[in-house]
Parts: sequence; structure tokens; C-alpha cells
Amino acid sequence: MTKVWVWADVTPDGPAPSALELLTKARDLGDDVAAVALGPGAKDAASALGEHGASTVFASDDEVFANHLAQPPTAALAGLVEEHAPDLILFPSSYEARDVAGRLQIRTGSTLMANATDVLDAEHARTEILGGTKIVDVELKGPSPKLVLVRPQSFAPEPSGGTADVVEVLADVPNELKTAERMERHEEAASGPRLESAKVVVAGGRGLGGPDAFAQLDQLAAAIGNAAVGASRAAVDAGWVPYSYQIGQTGKTVKPEVYVCAGISGALQHMVGMKGAKRIVAITKDPDAPILQIADLGVVGDLFQVVPALTEEIEKRRTGS
Amino acid sequence: MNVVVLTKWVPEPEGTPTIGDDGLLVRDGADGALDPGDEYGLEAALQLVETAGEGEVTLISMGPEVAHAALQRGLAMGAHKGVRITDDGLRGADALVTAKVLAAAIQMQEFDLVIGGVESTDGYTGTVPAAIAELLGIPSLTFARGFHVSDDTITIERQTAAGYDSVISPLPAVVTVTSGATEPRYPSLKGVMAAKSKPVETLAVSDLGLSAEDVAATQTVTSVSDAPPKQGGAVVEFDETTPARIADLLAEAKVI
Ligand SMILES: Cc1cc2nc3c(=O)[nH]c(=O)nc-3n(C[C@H](O)[C@H](O)[C@H](O)COP(=O)(O)OP(=O)(O)OC[C@H]3O[C@@H](n4cnc5c(N)ncnc54)[C@H](O)[C@@H]3O)c2cc1C
Ligand SMILES: Nc1ncnc2c1ncn2[C@@H]1O[C@H](COP(=O)(O)O)[C@@H](O)[C@H]1O
Repeated sequence: MTKVWVWADVTPDGPAPSALELLTKARDLGDDVAAVALGPGAKDAASALGEHGASTVFASDDEVFANHLAQPPTAALAGLVEEHAPDLILFPSSYEARDVAGRLQIRTGSTLMANATDVLDAEHARTEILGGTKIVDVELKGPSPKLVLVRPQSFAPEPSGGTADVVEVLADVPNELKTAERMERHEEAASGPRLESAKVVVAGGRGLGGPDAFAQLDQLAAAIGNAAVGASRAAVDAGWVPYSYQIGQTGKTVKPEVYVCAGISGALQHMVGMKGAKRIVAITKDPDAPILQIADLGVVGDLFQVVPALTEEIEKRRTGS
Repeated sequence: MNVVVLTKWVPEPEGTPTIGDDGLLVRDGADGALDPGDEYGLEAALQLVETAGEGEVTLISMGPEVAHAALQRGLAMGAHKGVRITDDGLRGADALVTAKVLAAAIQMQEFDLVIGGVESTDGYTGTVPAAIAELLGIPSLTFARGFHVSDDTITIERQTAAGYDSVISPLPAVVTVTSGATEPRYPSLKGVMAAKSKPVETLAVSDLGLSAEDVAATQTVTSVSDAPPKQGGAVVEFDETTPARIADLLAEAKVI
């Protein structure tokens, strides 16, 4: 019997999409699938987790898991692992999960693979390197559980219609593990659809030359409707837009119907975050930019001409004039 | 204030790395440099020690002999000393092995803070610093886009998907710093000259009290293959017909 667990990121708003994606995959990999959900919202998430394949949800709503970084959830997860001996644990690539997986690895002495794009069985996983041009298969050895961090949107979530038993996890965390403490959460204002779920993503890079040009992308997104605005790391590091806009290796992974980018060259680390788009339109000055190799339609030109002209064309079609 | 900075040497940080027959990145003989992602943390460390007015910045790097170049760069930027762990037994080291080796080397230093990058440019596992913190039994604060140290606590602005969290922790702690958090200084000529006479200790696995078994890798690459190439489409020069062409594509995708 193969026991496969999923680390489920949860908030009072519900389980993270990654939890449902990973559970859907876990059903193919094991005959005993469980989820571990720690922090406020965990128990409420159990029904969705069950519906996506968890037969057991180890859960605690205790705030200690949300208020302190990494150490309390690691201690709780390590306790569960010792008791139930899973063969494989799938983690999302979130901030919290990375820290927990990295720490758990020390407690269990087990191997850890990050950036997986597929999991073949409890001992084999797959990753893509060099911007997705090479596929690497890896055999995971040593003590169980094997730990695999999976890239977002690697699997499409599908309900299985199941229900889960909820097993309460004790939050008896020793004080010496309640160290790094979250004092405040700041949310940067965002409007329009979320990047990860928008039908169209309009993204800008260094070629925009400054923060003001993002207003042109906002106008294009507004003309299209149901479009979100994103950015390359160059634009984020320059401080033109907040990090929540970043697409790529260290940012968000998007798979929209159409990805329109302007002033982005197509670095490997950018492409891993958007190459899953159904259609790609790339606007760049540089006829040799790598992004043009994966674009369905590449436009070589000045974005300050192309973007407003495109916005105008779409508005014209919308009003039928 | 004593700060240890994890500084990784990476092959071809700007170019495309080569994959060897064993499925591992080719490191020997490759052009390489200090991981650009580690320079932000090094800059943070230099600022903290300068502000404190006392203490040292120690660089620790695990890598092949050529990794010396990464330490030289860090020393030229202003770090006080370096430790390089080089050992044939570390070829193909995975995240677990890397964490064990670095933690053992850190334990030989005096430190209030350990700073690393959020993820390395060539490995991008992103778990090594948290694993080190677990081995050292201290807190980890990852994804710092801003930081402030006072007495024996550190407060960071921790990047989140929606914005940032303020996180406070006692020292000692492990912190990872995001790109863009600081503006890494450029080494001065004087710094480059001074770097040559700064102490660099070279250690093997056995010097760290670890055995060959402790550093045996627990994963192997079984195959490397080419992904099916994504078919690029048309590339056109912008002219007055282009906006309609893009709009047609959007209409075909049923998004306008
Ligand atoms: C560990 C690591 C993680 C990373 N993670 C990410 C990540 O998550 N996301 C990410 O995006 N990057 C990431 N990067 C950075 C990545 O390597 C590139 O540096 C970055 O993506 C470049 O951004 P860019 O394409 O906007 O800039 P550039 O590469 O500078 O490209 C700018 C483009 O704009 C064009 N241009 C300029 N002016 C105009 C104009 N007027 N009209 C039209 N075109 C114009 C130029 O010709 C060029 O093609 C990461 C790097 C590392 C090492
Ligand atoms: N071999 C190494 N030598 C020194 N520091 C390292 C090494 N490997 C990883 N690190 C540090 O850990 C961070 C994250 O690396 P990784 O987990 O490999 O993505 C890097 O940015 C470095 O600061």
C-alpha cells in the first residue's frame, strides 16, 4: 500500500488551488491519500480536500501555525510522519511549504526534490530545466517519505467526489519553536482578475522603461476585459510594479488563453512561468529575442506604438465602429 | 555583529549552462561567478556590520576549486574572510548534503545572523537555508525584501503573493534576501587588491566531522531528454495591419 500525502496550504478563505491540484495527482500515485492542513481555515477546507481525493485530513485550526513561521508546522508534520510513515509527500512551491519541506528533510533525513513538473510514482519525479527545453527524470532514494515540491499548475484539479475523515492535530508546540512571528500582513491593492486565473495576461518588462508605461498595459487589459497585468522580474526589481505582478521562476505561473507581453526578452526564468499559455503574442524591438521563438505571433516593433494601436483596434471592434 | 553569508559559485550565471552525460550541470572548467542572487544578501550583511561598527562578514561557499572566484568577488566587495568547502565526495551534492555541509561549516564560526539567497541561479531548490536553520536549531526568515536589526532581534518585510508580512525574530537566525532588496556595491580597485590578502580557509568533508556516508547523494538523474519543441508561429514587423492581426488572434481565442 502506497501512502501519499499532500501538504495543503489553507487560509480562512479556503484551500489553495495547489492543494486540489496535488490531491488530484496523489490519487494516481497512491491507494491511501491524506492531506495535512494547519492553521485557521484547515477544518473548513477538509470537505474540499476530501472531494479532491483525501480520505483523511490531518487538521488544526490553531493560530500558532499561521502566526509563527516554519518551525511549529514542521514539528507537527514531523510528528504525523513518525506516527503514520507516508511514502511520499507532495508540497506546493509556496513560501510556507518550501520552508516546511526544507526543515522536515532534516528531521527525516529524506531526499527532497524541488521544481517538479510531474511525479511518476512514489520514487520518481520529473522536472524541466533550461526554461522547459529539457526534461529530467530523477530517482528518489534513501529513507521515506520522499519529499517533492511541485510547480504550480502542473496538474488540473478534478474532484473525485470523496469525503475525508478529519483527524485533529494537537497544537502543543514548545515555546522555543514559537520564534519568528508574523506581526502584520500587508496586502498591496490589486484590481481586476487574479493573474493565475485570468483568461488573458498582459505583461510588461524592462522595455517599458519606467512605471508610467504600465498605464498603457492597464488600458489594453481594460479594453480586452477579464485580463490581468503582470511583469518580468526586471520590471519588479526596478520597483515599477509590486512583486505580486512577477511571472516566472520566482513569481507566479500563469496559463491563460492568451499571453500578451511587451518589452520582455524571454529569459529562461521568465518562460517557465508563462510557456503554458495557449497562445502567446510577443511585442519586442529585438528581432533575436528568445521570446519570439515560442510566440504564436511575434511583433517586432516599438511597444509605445504597438500597444496603443492594439488598444484602439480592440475598442473599435467592441463599439462596432 | 557577526554575519555569515552563504555565497554560491554558479556556472554561467548569464549564459546557458551545459548538461553533462551524467545529467548534472557541468561545473569543471565552466565560466562561473558568484551567484548574482547572493550579492543582495552580501550587501545586506556589509551594511549591518558597518552600522554596528564592529564584527565581521564571513563568506561560506561549497563548490569546486574554481568557486574561489566567488569568494574573491565577495571579499573584494568587503567581506572579511572566507571558507570554501571543496571535496570530490561532494560532486552531485543534493539539497540535504549541501545543507549538512554548510551548517557544519557555519557552526565553526561566531555568528549572530546567517544570510543566504532565496534560491540559487543554477539549482533553484530554495530549501537549503531553511534546512540549515533546522540543523542549527534556529529560526528562519525567508524572502526578506527589507530588514532591520536592533539589539538581538531582526525584523523583516517578508514578501508574500499579495504584498508583504512584517516578521520579527530573536537572533541568531537564518534570513534569505530577495533580489532587489539591496543595491549590491561594485568592488573598488582597492577592494580587489585587498581581497587577495584576506584569509580563506579550505576545508574537506572530513574537516567538518562528516563522513562520506553523511554526504552521499540521495537522488540520481535517470534520464535527460529534449522537450518537444514548442512551435513558434509568425514573426512580423510592425505595420498598420498588425493591430488587426493581433485582435484576430484574440477573437479566435474568444477572449474579445
Ligand atoms: C534565480 C533567478 C530567478 C529568476 N526569476 C525570474 C522570474 O520569476 N521572472 C522573470 O521574469 N525573470 C526572472 N529572472 C530574471 C531573468 O533572468 C531576466 O533577467 C528577466 O526576466 C529579464 O526581464 P525582461 O525580459 O523584462 O528584460 P530584458 O531581458 O532586458 O528584455 C527587455 C526587452 O525589451 C525590449 N525593448 C526595449 N525597449 C522596447 C520598446 N520600446 N519596444 C519594444 N521592446 C522593447 C528589448 O529589446 C528586450 O527584448 C530570474 C533570474 C534568476 C537568476
Ligand atoms: N554550495 C553552496 N555554497 C554556498 N551557499 C549555497 C550553496 N548552495 C546553496 N547556497 C545558499 O542557499 C541559497 C538557496 O540555494 P538553493 O536552495 O540551492 O536554491 C543560495 O542562494 C545560497 O545563498
